[in-house]
Order: sequence, then structure tokens, then C-alpha cells
Amino acid sequence: MKEIVVLDVSPLTGHCDGSASPAWWGTLAFMLIEGTGFALAIVIYLYLMSLAPMWPIGVGPPDLGAGTVMTLLLATSLIPNLLVSRWAKQRVTLKVRIGLIFMSFFGIAPLVVRIFEFPAMHIKWDHNAYGSVVWLLLGLHTTHILTDLVETLVLTCLMFTRHGDNPRRFGDVGDNAMYWNFVVAAWIPIYVCIYWVPRL
Amino acid sequence: MTVGSPERDTRDSRLTDSELQRQLAVTWGSAGGLWNALSNVDHKVIGRRYIVTAFVFLALGGVLSLAMRLQLSQPEARFIGPDRYNQIFTMHGTNMMFLFAVPVMEAMAVYLVPLMVGTRNIAFPRLNAFSYWMFLAGGILLWVAFAIDTGPDVGWFAYVPLAGPQYGTGKRADIWAQMITFTEISALAVSLELVVTILKQRAPGMALNRIPLFVWSILVTSFLVILAMPAIMIASTSLILDRLVGTHFFNPAEGGDVLLWQHLFWFFGHPEVYIIFLPAVGMVSTIIATFTQRPVFGYLAMVMALITTGVLAFGLWVHHMFVAGLPRLGASFFTASSMAIALPAGLQIFCWLATIWWGRPIFRTPFLFVLGFIFTFVIGGMTGVMVASVPFDTQVHDTYFVVAHFHYVLVGGALFPLLGAIYYWFPKFTGRMMSERLGKWVFGLIVLGFNLTFFPMHILGLQGMPRRIYTYQPEMPWGGLNMFISLSALILTTGFLLFFIDVIRSARHGKSAGANPWRASTLEWATPSPPPCYNFQRIPVVGDSTPVWTDCEVLTVASGLRVDRRELLITGVVDASPEARESSPDHSVWPFWTAIAAALVLIWSIFTPWAVVWGAVPVATALTGWFWPKGKPEDES
Repeated sequence: MKEIVVLDVSPLTGHCDGSASPAWWGTLAFMLIEGTGFALAIVIYLYLMSLAPMWPIGVGPPDLGAGTVMTLLLATSLIPNLLVSRWAKQRVTLKVRIGLIFMSFFGIAPLVVRIFEFPAMHIKWDHNAYGSVVWLLLGLHTTHILTDLVETLVLTCLMFTRHGDNPRRFGDVGDNAMYWNFVVAAWIPIYVCIYWVPRL
Repeated sequence: MTVGSPERDTRDSRLTDSELQRQLAVTWGSAGGLWNALSNVDHKVIGRRYIVTAFVFLALGGVLSLAMRLQLSQPEARFIGPDRYNQIFTMHGTNMMFLFAVPVMEAMAVYLVPLMVGTRNIAFPRLNAFSYWMFLAGGILLWVAFAIDTGPDVGWFAYVPLAGPQYGTGKRADIWAQMITFTEISALAVSLELVVTILKQRAPGMALNRIPLFVWSILVTSFLVILAMPAIMIASTSLILDRLVGTHFFNPAEGGDVLLWQHLFWFFGHPEVYIIFLPAVGMVSTIIATFTQRPVFGYLAMVMALITTGVLAFGLWVHHMFVAGLPRLGASFFTASSMAIALPAGLQIFCWLATIWWGRPIFRTPFLFVLGFIFTFVIGGMTGVMVASVPFDTQVHDTYFVVAHFHYVLVGGALFPLLGAIYYWFPKFTGRMMSERLGKWVFGLIVLGFNLTFFPMHILGLQGMPRRIYTYQPEMPWGGLNMFISLSALILTTGFLLFFIDVIRSARHGKSAGANPWRASTLEWATPSPPPCYNFQRIPVVGDSTPVWTDCEVLTVASGLRVDRRELLITGVVDASPEARESSPDHSVWPFWTAIAAALVLIWSIFTPWAVVWGAVPVATALTGWFWPKGKPEDES
């Protein structure tokens, strides 16, 4: 076919970030997939609860301490996360580097708290269905903290290399920050479900 | 924002056509050899692999169905024992649903969507390559397990407690559950790529109301996958946990529930039907438009019907559980929603009929398959409305009536359009036409063979023959019809054999097709057949919903893209206005290594939970290798 040029795209930028970029939409789609997974896990919890004559089965409600510390810690992490995201948008390399180091610690700290959360359930996964589902919820969320931590660590290393000072990397940092927001947001219904629903 | 340095800033606007093609081929192409084959991320190469692999699984699944027909052809036959028969019907269903039907529809989309929306590669092409390797590994796992007598034997929906630790001893159910993980990872990855490709990489001017109907159907399907497949992932993971580490999700003795499995499975399983059916609907719309040489009647109504079907698909799952003793009010709701979904389906049928009525139909093989589809699917749809009624369903549940119904829906509703689509797009895939003469034979044998094979199953079901029995007694009044069905299956098989012969023969010796042999309207026909590695020499600019019909000789295009790196256009979600030139990742072998690492973890975790811990190390390493920038022009911004 004969081609007629009707549009010149050369003035457009050679990279896009934020909601214009495919990576942003891809992250959103990942969040939709995983959010559906979280929602279903909570549905399983509520479903099993609706069948049980008493809930939790065979034990008292979980201790509030570790879970509440986790919630506060994750909520606090939103502040540096927001700053990193802002600095990435402004493309300030040094601040982004420092911010990512902070965020790496904010990825490790919840894992330490999580070690205390599992015993706070007073039940193991193989004791009964209640134990199974709370371990599933905690395990699922832990996996998300872990994956985001690994991504943050790799990104932190990357920012200290010659590949760091590149708008594409700053876009990655922004998307990573968005994903961490999701990991924090997903925790809130899980926290309410695990710690407060049995107390209703 | 930075623009590439001027000395590297080679734009297509400065080049002659032949020089442009040469440079694009260098940038987007791939050399031969095994290593390059493993690294290739071209959506057409991956799509082709997907399609061929899925059809191999179709053939294997077909052999299994023939084995079942041999066994059932007469009462008390002794060809296959009960244990092997259980494996065979489970393998047949699992293979056809997870390794053929869903992947082949996604595969067609992987190949066609980037071409139809006028871009140069799918979004996240490395994820696309990874998804194929995962799919292949899942398929190999299932079939190797079957070959060593460890094939799953618990039905394609693996109901607990049969599939649970108490009754499903050995590793057979684990193989099923882990195969699910492989194929779902693959399907979710592809859906994500397709959603982003459709939303962000459409040709300038291809606003939402100009998207081809096939692409709309794929967009809705992809959202169905994204929202439905996590349910089966959670379900199969819980099943593995029950079996491997002693959780009690499905154990009523410890507060679990067997019906929980059915809810989770069918919350995925019913949308699954539409995940298979909706792409077929898109194919039908495309073929009808081309072979009546007019746009499909009621574009907006068609799009709304697709979306409505997608939404309603999530409100039907309980109709698979009508005999499970659920509250009557719930059953009534799901009866109503099951009948309601017939409305958008019916609306589409009427729109197609109107299109054919107002157009000038050309009765070539793809169109014949569409006619076969309309006839067969209407029957399947009507028996669907019948089994949506609780009293009727209670009567025929677990009988051959249901087997007949879902084969009419799936084969008539999805496989016929797919075969039509293969005849239709084969010239684009290969540059060669399939045989019209053989095609008509294939159509006749398959449609006739199918109806002769499956229609009598309705009667068998009404006569009370249960599904999944490996044999039956001579006193039962089923022998004659079963023999008739088995003989008819041979007609169906002959049709498929002819189809495969036609494909292989035409790929080598078929008549040369040219760019647009059917005089079709969508963008994939605006580029040579088979398309070059860069899809389009220049990105098309679209002014209406039938860009190739507007002017058959002229294509409006955009210029100004770089040719020294893989570059494509990013456009707005709603109006497809150009937003940026963006690079597309180049070939990489890391998706392959990541898939190998992930496959090892998944298979290993059938045997020990520690596999997840130790296996995470190679997976994380491979992923880091995948994402680590290599300092290529594609990393620039």
C-alpha cells in the first residue's frame, strides 16, 4: 500500500512515565490480580467463619501487639515512600538513593515484626481450618513484602550504578513506590480481618 | 525530558522505504540459531509457537477422546481399565481447557492484537516469552506425569475430598494442581500484556469507538482472566497446602469445607467458559464483516454485549452446584442470572444475522465455520438455558446431557470459530492460502461429525447414562447409541486429520496470499503477509473503524520514530492521541532462564515446601538478570 505521512511524532519525548507509561498500567494490572487474590483469601476467612460454631476455632483471638505494631510501621513507611516517589518525579538522584536505602529498611523491618505475628495467632496452620486461613493471609502478605523488598534492593543497587541517572530508572522507582502503597493498603483489611473480626 | 543524542537520533522520516525496511529489519530482527530462538521476544514468533503448541495439545486430547470412545463403544469393553480411564477423562478435560482452549485464544490474540491495533510489538514482550515457556513447562509436566502413570485422575475440576489428602493419595492430584499454577501464571501474564497493549499502544486515531471488535473481545477476556484466575490459583494452592503441609481448608473435621472448593473453582470455572467464548465471538464478528464486506451491524450494541457478558460471567458460578444442597433462594438467583446471560448472547446473534442479511455473503471456508458456529452454538445455548433451571439440572446433573451441552458450547461456540479464524488468518501467518476445496471438506466432516457424535449424548443423558463411567452393563439401553457415537467420532477425527494435513501442506505449497487476500478492513491486512519483524514500516494513523476499506490503495501513517532502537508509539487510553515514543525491550534469554527456575521450584514444591525457600534464590537471580539494564539504545530515554 502507498503510505501518506499525516503525522510527525518526532517532537514527542523518547520515554514516558506516570500514568502515560505502559509500566504504570502493568503495575496497576499486577495490583488488580494480586488484590483479587487478597480479596478472595479474606472471603475464604469469612466463609469459614460463617460455618464455624465458634470463631476462632479452639483458641482465643490473636494478640494485638505485633499486628498493631506492623500496621503503624507500614503506615509510617508511607511517608518516606511518598518522598521517594516525589524525588523520583523530580529526578533528584542523591535523594532518591538515600530514600531507597530508607525504603529497604522499611521493607526489612516488617519482616522482623512478622516473625512475632505468627506466634501471636496461638495456632499453627495444621491445627484446624482457622489456623490454615490466618497463616494463608499472613503468608500471602509476607510474600508481597518480600517481593517488594527484593525489588527495592535491586533498584537501590541499580541507582548507584551508571544506569541510575536515567529517567527510565526514576520511572521504575515511582512504580515501585506505587506498588509499596498497594502492599500497605492490602494489609489494612487483612489486619482488620485477622485481629478485629474475631473480637466482634 | 531527555531526547536521544543527536548523532544517534536516526528517524524514519529521513529514509527511503527500502533503507527504512533494511534498518528496521536490523533493529527488530533476530538471527537464526537455538540461542536466538530461546531469546526471541517478537509477539508473532511467540504467538506462532503458542498456537502450534496448543494445537499439538488439541491433537493429544483428541487421541484421548478416541480412546474413551473405543472403551465406551460397547458394554463391558475391556480395552481400558477403570484407573487408566479415570486418568484419561481427567487428562482430556484438563488438557483441553488449560492447555488448549484458553492458551490458543490468548495465542491468537498475542499474534493478532498488536497488528490489529497497529503497533510493533506487544507490551512487555519479555513477559510474553516467559509466559510461553511457563505454558510449555506446565503442559510437559502434565503429559510426562500421564506417561509414567501419575496423571491426575480426579476430574478436570478436582473436587475434594476426592482430590484431598484422604482419598487422593500419591502425587496425581498435586500434578493437576501445579499444572494449574503454570498455566495460570502464563494466562495472567498474557492478559496483562494484552490489556496494556490495547489501552496504550493503539495506532494514533484509534479511539475506543474504532477498536476492532476482536480487540474489544480480547480486552474484556483479559479482564475476565485477571479477575477470575486468582480464584483458581488460591484454590489450587490451598489444595496443595492441604496435601503437602496438612492445612485443613477443605477438611470438615477441622472446620474446613468441601463446598469451599466448589465455590472457588467455579468462581473461576464459569468465567473460564467466557474466557474461551468471548475471543471466539470476536473472531466471528471479524469474519462476518469481511465475508459480507460491510461493518458488523450494531457496533455499540456488540461492545456492550461483550462487556455485559463479562460482568454477568461472574454471577453464574453456583449453577454448577445446584445439586450441592445450597439454599433455594441462592439457587433461584443463579437461575435468573444464568438465563440473563442468554440476552447479550442472543443480541450478538441477531446483530450477526442482520449483518449477513444486509451484506453480500461470500461463502468461503472461514464464513462456513461461522455459519456452523451459529447453528451449533444456538443449540448449546438453548440446552444451557435448560440446565439453568434447577429441577431440570437436578435430573440431568452428571449425565451425558451435560457432556453434550458443554461440548456444544465449547466446540460449537469456540472451536468452530477458531477453525474459521485459522483459515481466515493463515494467509497472514504464513503468506499462503489454505486449500478452499479441502477446507470445505474439513468444514463438512467436522460439523457433521460433531453433531452426529454429540447430539445423541443429549438422549443418552436423558436416558440416565452418567458421565465418567468407564463401562456399563449390557442390560442398560445405551449400547446402540454409544456405538453410533463412537463411529461418528471417526468422521469428526477424519475432519481434523484433513485440517492438519491442509495446514501442513498449505504452509509449504499453498497459493501465495498477498497482503490482503480477503479484502478485509482491519490493520493487520495493511502490512505484507507474513508481516515483517517490525510489523509496520510506519505506524498507521487511523481515521475510522475500517481503515483498510477507506482507501484500499493508501495508508495514512506517522513518521518520526527512531530506527536505531526498537521504538513504538504510546497513545492515550480513550482517544489514542500520541503521547510519547517509547522503546520496546529487545531479545533476551533471561525470560527463558526465569521460566526454567520457576518451573523447577513449582515441580520441586510438589514434594517439599522447602523448595519455595531455596528455589526463590535462582528465580530472584534470573529476574534480576532480566531487568538489569544492558546499556542498549532501548534503555535510553
